[in-house]
Amino acid sequence: MKLSREEVLHIALLARVGLTEAEVDRLSEELSKILENFEILQKVDTSGVPPTAQSIDLQNVLSDDKITPSLPQSKVLTNAPQKEGNFFKVRHVLE
Amino acid sequence: MTASGNRPTIHEANQLLKSRKLSSVELTRACLERIKEAEPKVHALVTVTDQAALKQAEAADKLLAQKDNHNPLTGIPVLIKDNMCTKGVRTTCSSKILENFIPPYDATVVEKLNNAGAVVLGKANMDEFAMGSSTENSALFTTGNPWDLSRVPGGSSGGSAAAVAAGETIYALGSDTGGSIRQPAGFCNVVGLKPTYGRVSRYGLVAFASSLDQIGPLTQDVTDCALVLNAIAGYDPRDSTSVPHPTPDYTRCLSAELKGLKIGIPKEYFVAGIQPEVEAAIRTAIDKLAGLGARIDWEVSLPHTSYALAVYYIIAPSEASANLARYDGVKYGFSYKETDNMWTAMEKTRQHGFGAEVKRRIMLGTYALSAGYYDAWYLKAQKVRTLIRREFDRLFEKFDALVTPTSPTTPFKIGEKTDDPLQMYLSDVCTIPVNIAGLPAISIPAGFADGLPIGMQIIGKPFSEETILKIAYAYEQATDWHKHKPNL
Repeated sequence: MKLSREEVLHIALLARVGLTEAEVDRLSEELSKILENFEILQKVDTSGVPPTAQSIDLQNVLSDDKITPSLPQSKVLTNAPQKEGNFFKVRHVLE
Repeated sequence: MTASGNRPTIHEANQLLKSRKLSSVELTRACLERIKEAEPKVHALVTVTDQAALKQAEAADKLLAQKDNHNPLTGIPVLIKDNMCTKGVRTTCSSKILENFIPPYDATVVEKLNNAGAVVLGKANMDEFAMGSSTENSALFTTGNPWDLSRVPGGSSGGSAAAVAAGETIYALGSDTGGSIRQPAGFCNVVGLKPTYGRVSRYGLVAFASSLDQIGPLTQDVTDCALVLNAIAGYDPRDSTSVPHPTPDYTRCLSAELKGLKIGIPKEYFVAGIQPEVEAAIRTAIDKLAGLGARIDWEVSLPHTSYALAVYYIIAPSEASANLARYDGVKYGFSYKETDNMWTAMEKTRQHGFGAEVKRRIMLGTYALSAGYYDAWYLKAQKVRTLIRREFDRLFEKFDALVTPTSPTTPFKIGEKTDDPLQMYLSDVCTIPVNIAGLPAISIPAGFADGLPIGMQIIGKPFSEETILKIAYAYEQATDWHKHKPNL
């Protein structure tokens, strides 16, 4: 299992994580080594075995259709890096 | 009360408070003094809320004077891992990206402790976003192990464990995704419990890997552990993975007698890379359990154990990559401002905001979930997860509990494993399977090697916290490892 520089850059784009050239090189090496070690998983016979998403048997937890108090807008916005009025301020999405 | 490292336990302090031999203000001052004295060496705390703590202590003293049947945690100082939201108090996750984040609400566990009259001393250092086994991944500073400051306290709840061991607090809360309460508890000679998945609400816990994360106590002894679990366990409509099961009084099960209990020793936890002194100490501790009346079966096997590490390091990073997508520099946290381009801003925010291990895991998880690799990695890991769970289920048809070392080694040197992520991951090899199966497990002090603590892990069936607390308590009554304190 070898992860090329191009693959690392592709994953970084999917994850929206900026990387320096040195980080790309290091991650290519480290992730390759980690995945190589995890290849043992491919040897396990899992035919007919269902996947486990979580370990308790709760399913489809529903809540009552009832209005309950939530945080006021002013509180929600207190940590916003940039805001305008009652809104989060974002950069242009559409050019 | 002096500023020395010896602190009363919760139940001892409760007696002193009730009989008016001690006030909460005095106890809180003693902890704050100790923090001043020990912090230049230990570096366990990210934030100290001394003024707020003294106010809470004054309020607690009033409560204590009013009535006799107060909560056993009233007036007793606690430290909270810095990934649990505290209203109005900085919650950093030991990350640059949340360095200035001030939550507008309390996590459910914090709310419960506040309602019980607890005194919150501050927030504890941790590996960034709870990703790590040594607290060296904190983007803020490194914590030292009070038993040997050149060694790690374990992680990711390293600040919580070190502060309890150093006597800076009476107890602490931590979180455990792959061993992050138990491994540092073992490394620092304190008691650490990871409850069953669903037992304690995670509302207000900064999410790392949602199918694995669980909050639990780090305490000086088993009785304290039961008292804290009493306070934090239970259903919470704000966490849809918390279960609506009733919560017993966990102190009721504590007895010094283990007759009739069947304990299995899975042999896979005693091979490859285990430090001989750790193995010897745990075998001696198991003999002790036999002496207390437990029936021990040394020939138990969990053959899929060798796949647990790979399963965990596919599933946890996958979930993390999704959970951490929220850090986009728009809603809260660090935001890169020197650009007008939305995508550049997001990428640079995450580049500068996240540390090396967090980026590594986001990358690993994104890869495992990406088109073309999802079936081979993520889905495969989830299927092997089923096999690991089934194996535990089968053993628990025959046994009440399983006993293993908490970690294969005693605390390692700061810097020893930082260049090799895989070596670091191996430090959690005994604790990870428990999270994969969602089981409860406790680590308790079980001996020393060259002055460094050794932890014993007791694993139970889902929602059988009472059984593992009982075993832990009986062992603790028969030994005095938990009474050993570091010389700082």
